[in-house]
Amino acid sequence: MKFTSVLAAGTAAVLALGLTACGSGGGGDDAGGTDAVTITVLPKNLGNPYFEASTTGAEEAGEELGVTVEEVGPDTASPDAQVPFINTAAQQGVGALVVSANDPTAIGDALEEARSAGTKVVTFDSDTEPQFRDIFVNQASPEGIADKQLELVAEQIGGEGEIAILSASANATNQNAWIALMEEKLASDYPDIELVETVYGDDDDQTSFDKTAALLQSHPDLKGIVSPTTVGIAAAARYVSTSEYKGKVAVTGLGTPNQMREYVEDGTVEAFALWNPTDLGYLATQAAAALAAGDITGEEGDTFEAGRLGEFTVGADGEVLLGDPYVYDEANIGDFDF
Amino acid sequence: MRSVLRRREAGIALALLVVIGVTTAVQPGFLLTANGWRDLLLTPAILVVLAVGQAVVVITRNVDLSVGSVLGLTAYLTGRLFIAEPDLPIVVVTLVAVAAGALLGLINGSIVAFARVPALVITLGTLYVYRGVTLTWAGSDRIDAADMPHPFLALGTQQVLGVPVLTVVAAIVLAAVAYYLHTSRGGRQLYAIGSDPDAAALQGLPVRRRLLGAFALGGALAGLAGVMFAARYGTVSSGAGLGMELQVVGAVVVGGVAIFGGSGTVAGAALGAMLLLTINRALPVVGIPDFWQRAVVGVLIIGAIALDRVLANRRSRRLAAERDADPPATSPPGGAAPPGGAAPPGAGPNDREEATT
Repeated sequence: MKFTSVLAAGTAAVLALGLTACGSGGGGDDAGGTDAVTITVLPKNLGNPYFEASTTGAEEAGEELGVTVEEVGPDTASPDAQVPFINTAAQQGVGALVVSANDPTAIGDALEEARSAGTKVVTFDSDTEPQFRDIFVNQASPEGIADKQLELVAEQIGGEGEIAILSASANATNQNAWIALMEEKLASDYPDIELVETVYGDDDDQTSFDKTAALLQSHPDLKGIVSPTTVGIAAAARYVSTSEYKGKVAVTGLGTPNQMREYVEDGTVEAFALWNPTDLGYLATQAAAALAAGDITGEEGDTFEAGRLGEFTVGADGEVLLGDPYVYDEANIGDFDF
Repeated sequence: MRSVLRRREAGIALALLVVIGVTTAVQPGFLLTANGWRDLLLTPAILVVLAVGQAVVVITRNVDLSVGSVLGLTAYLTGRLFIAEPDLPIVVVTLVAVAAGALLGLINGSIVAFARVPALVITLGTLYVYRGVTLTWAGSDRIDAADMPHPFLALGTQQVLGVPVLTVVAAIVLAAVAYYLHTSRGGRQLYAIGSDPDAAALQGLPVRRRLLGAFALGGALAGLAGVMFAARYGTVSSGAGLGMELQVVGAVVVGGVAIFGGSGTVAGAALGAMLLLTINRALPVVGIPDFWQRAVVGVLIIGAIALDRVLANRRSRRLAAERDADPPATSPPGGAAPPGGAAPPGAGPNDREEATT
């Protein structure tokens, strides 16, 4: 135990020295000129296939724009793990920082410092509080997510019947917002579809799995399950794929291709939705480059060209919306690996 | 016959039957469809295996809180093995996971047996250590169903003569451990150690060796449960088995294994596991709202323990009454003297009088 802490302290000291060294060097470069823009991409953590996909998009944008894109990040997605990386980037004087925040406030001070040094900050996937960044590239609007899931389930159950929702935890803000929107939309646009129950799987494989079993048992006429959480949809699909309900009860919602591949291939799941993280990283990097070049400032109404994705407009609170969620099905699931 | 009915296990089995009966009355599909029947047997299988291992540890007056983390680590290991070597036979993967679990259990056991620190503290520590190892190894990575071979995933739901394979595995584990505990010298020594560790040591029982064995067995079974988890759920993230230790300890306690060691059976623990999970599954079916379900489960655990306490008190009163009873003037209410009360235990005259009547 003692040995570990000594080792840790030593590592920290070495790192600190390293950072200082980098800092002075980087500062000098920045003063020299801004022709070679560097964009640092800071995902929640490294080794996460989702962010590997978004970084691929970022690098693609970097190549197209002729800017250097560099990925750094912590091993685990803990709230303040990103702070040292933000500090380093600020000291290096990078043109822009593209970050998926592990915490809306914990990295705020570090981001503010970076911005006062002239670095532009774009958040993507997961936002900080608005005052800490210039632009947030939002993967999808709550309305878009709610609409797309209802569209999918309605299509898969033939427009009428009982459905249920398998959510994450009962106090997950985004889940509850989506569910409320789905309820509204069901009442207004889908009169023949009845939402019979919403259950909570706590984003735990086992709980979600058991809740799915209970749902199917307590509602024998259930025709579809919508799970707006990646853990939930995979667990529901796993249960349905090995039960007599396979092919009779539709499972859809928000999932990742790797988790769902098995169930799309065996016919349990027809289609599910999620944004496309590669596009998300691509757009965030395009926005960062536009900010660093001074083309936009992040004001509402600013417009910029984002390569193959076309033109985007900055909305209220500095938000840029990627668009409607992307639908994954048997035809395209093989193209993705995250 | 009466002693069989009085057994704690009979009470739990009865409760289990009542739960199944009531739920089936409300929703016939709970039992009477192929799916309902399968889930009834299949869902508790993993917890039964864990509870059997935990019962062995608890009988020695210890506890292993790290089983959830051991399960998580071995389940992830199972997935990684299949990713690295997709053609590895399932038996080999299972053996590796069981061995890994046994090793982790042995680490727990060594610290408990040699450092003489309460198992509660040690295994609370290793709970975090083992989970930390899994988190470091897995990060936000996950084992998906597509990463594991189909025959392995099929084991998670396959049935033999209407009984799921995982349930068969759990039953074999239960029978083997029950047989060992009941008949072998080593098994009986575990009870002796749990009843009074100091006395066991004074008597020359190999306390350390037995403790190591108990923890290693608990760990090995958690490893087996990890393999079963991977096969059943098809997805393993770094959070697999999180919080399961509480369910396991709950099952063991509900199953009538005394938390202070020395008494209880693995069959009781297994029944406790089945009861807890069946109640869990039954509550939504009978229409208890999602948010209330945990509260109901908690009340049931407390109820089970309270019942246990009442029964234990009554039994000790009865024993004390039998011991203190003076045949010429038997007064049942007076028999409620606190144990170890008035009459000096083993007093000569009493013995003689009892022998004559």
